[in-house]
Amino acid sequence: MTTSHESENQEMQTSVKPSSLADVANAKAPKAPGTTVLGTGLETRGVHAWFGKHHALSNISLDFAAGTVTALIGPSGCGKSTFIRTINRMHEFIPGAAMAGEVLLDGKDVYAPGTDVTKIRLQIGMVFQKPNPFPSMTIGENVLSGLKLAQIKADNKDDLLEECLERAGLWSEVKDRLGAHGGSLSGGQQQRLCIARALAVRPQVLLMDEPCSALDPGSTLRIEDTIRHLSETMTIIIVTHNMQQAARVSDYTAFFLSDGGPGQMIEVAPTSEIFSRPQDSRTESYVTGRFG
Amino acid sequence: MTMTPTPTKPWAASPKDRIIDGSIFIVSLLSSYLLVFLTPLKGKLAYFVCFFIAYAIFTTAFKGFQRGNAAAKDALVNSLVAIGAIVTVIPAASILLTVLQKGLPGISFGLFTHDMALATPTDPLSNGGLLHAITGTLTLMALALIMSVPIGILTALYLTEIKGRFTGPIRFLVQAMSGVPSIVAGLFILSAILYPITKAYSGFMGALALSILMIPTIARTSEEVLNLIPNELREAGTALGGTQWRTVAMIVLPAAKSGLVTAVILGVARIAGETAPILLLTGGGDRVNPNAFNGAIGSLPYYIWKSFNAGSPEAITRAWAGLLVLVGLVLLLFTTARFLGARKVSK
Repeated sequence: MTTSHESENQEMQTSVKPSSLADVANAKAPKAPGTTVLGTGLETRGVHAWFGKHHALSNISLDFAAGTVTALIGPSGCGKSTFIRTINRMHEFIPGAAMAGEVLLDGKDVYAPGTDVTKIRLQIGMVFQKPNPFPSMTIGENVLSGLKLAQIKADNKDDLLEECLERAGLWSEVKDRLGAHGGSLSGGQQQRLCIARALAVRPQVLLMDEPCSALDPGSTLRIEDTIRHLSETMTIIIVTHNMQQAARVSDYTAFFLSDGGPGQMIEVAPTSEIFSRPQDSRTESYVTGRFG
Repeated sequence: MTMTPTPTKPWAASPKDRIIDGSIFIVSLLSSYLLVFLTPLKGKLAYFVCFFIAYAIFTTAFKGFQRGNAAAKDALVNSLVAIGAIVTVIPAASILLTVLQKGLPGISFGLFTHDMALATPTDPLSNGGLLHAITGTLTLMALALIMSVPIGILTALYLTEIKGRFTGPIRFLVQAMSGVPSIVAGLFILSAILYPITKAYSGFMGALALSILMIPTIARTSEEVLNLIPNELREAGTALGGTQWRTVAMIVLPAAKSGLVTAVILGVARIAGETAPILLLTGGGDRVNPNAFNGAIGSLPYYIWKSFNAGSPEAITRAWAGLLVLVGLVLLLFTTARFLGARKVSK
């Protein structure tokens, strides 16, 4: 498989120092034409979620075009994480959880009866808030753990290992110590290891639940670089509390809000518009920092 | 250029502090002698008790005088903690010392190469040995482990991973079972299996009773260990497309490995010296019996019990030697298990 490793370092962000979030969003380097965009994208229709009797999320309908990065922003407790967990069917692991609506991956509902849940999770990967490399495995084993978990045969594991670590921006830092424990890496490296681990099973969608909230600014920037490169080949949905981050990495931004009731989506638009000309006054107060 | 300063430890005890600490120690020692001399308290124990009380009082008083109330309380708690630790170590150390002292004279090479088929406990020590008891104990332990480890860990997995409808009752039963006296387990196997079905002593019967004792220990400890594994790891495994079983086998169990080894060690510790069920069920043969399913089988606790009962000086030396070997065997097993449990992933 050919990816655009060669251009990786040259394609770094421009050195423009933007003065506002809207400028940041506009200043994004135009995306290289998609090389191998997988699938036709993801769509949710009228998704609701409950925890027991608590209605956590109401009527979310969103389109995620293939090869785009969508940021989900909004105050804590507005259902962003719950929403992405309904997409790869992790929501159902919480006792008392319930949902309604459809999540269409390439036009097929992931909740349709008879769907193989484990296959869905192979197509829709996930990176969690806290880096969680598997403690009993080495760096190399962590990257390839998805193949073992799902019992997928891979022909050339060494190439796959290098490719995934390269795409996650970690290869040069760990190539000499693939046999070391995942826990021996720094927090930012661990999170990139978790991204590499998610990439190894070749998902077409990657869900990221506040992937940088536990990391220092340097690691955050490295992961944002990684996200931009990954978006050439996959659809990415990222939950973030950092509006600078949403402005820097995403093509589209959706604003979620809960007014005490279930979380709702207030507005979705191209990121530059959300930060420059939000349609809803609540979005405007949030992105300008007046609340939340 | 700036000079690198010499590293110092300003928080370390000064010579003056050490002299004061030493004097408090000596004063406490002297006053314990004085107390034992003046009061009706007598014996070694009295010395220990008086010394500890005197030491606690003197350090507390001195620190209080030197630095005030808070320091006095701190010193009091510190000395109580130290006393607690010493009181725990003394009996264990003295048991070990006694076993070594009385057991070593009975230890010889022949002990490990002969059984008692052609000797009686009252014979001179050069006759016979305890090969049959060592092999028997190892056989019993191995059989009990083979049965208890899978059942115990699977029970723990049901309680922590599957969390099915019967979690509550099963947890309650496991907790209740961990308090079952060993003789009850022995009598249960005797009346439920040995008398009605097999009608003969065997190592297997003993191992069954030992498993009854061992399973709750392994299950409870494993459950606690598995509960410590962060849920994020389970979620990460599932999110990568693993089924629940693959996630448990590949991620949860390896992450809990050293804890599970501890659970098994505690299980072995529970049964290593168990005597009651063995007396009831194994028949205690004097000859090496490699077949645990047929015929009486010897074991170290049985051998020790039998030798002490024989009563002659030779027999009692044999019994102490048997105790020493039992303690040594258990220590060896523990060290091996710790070593295996602590070993990191190879490479």
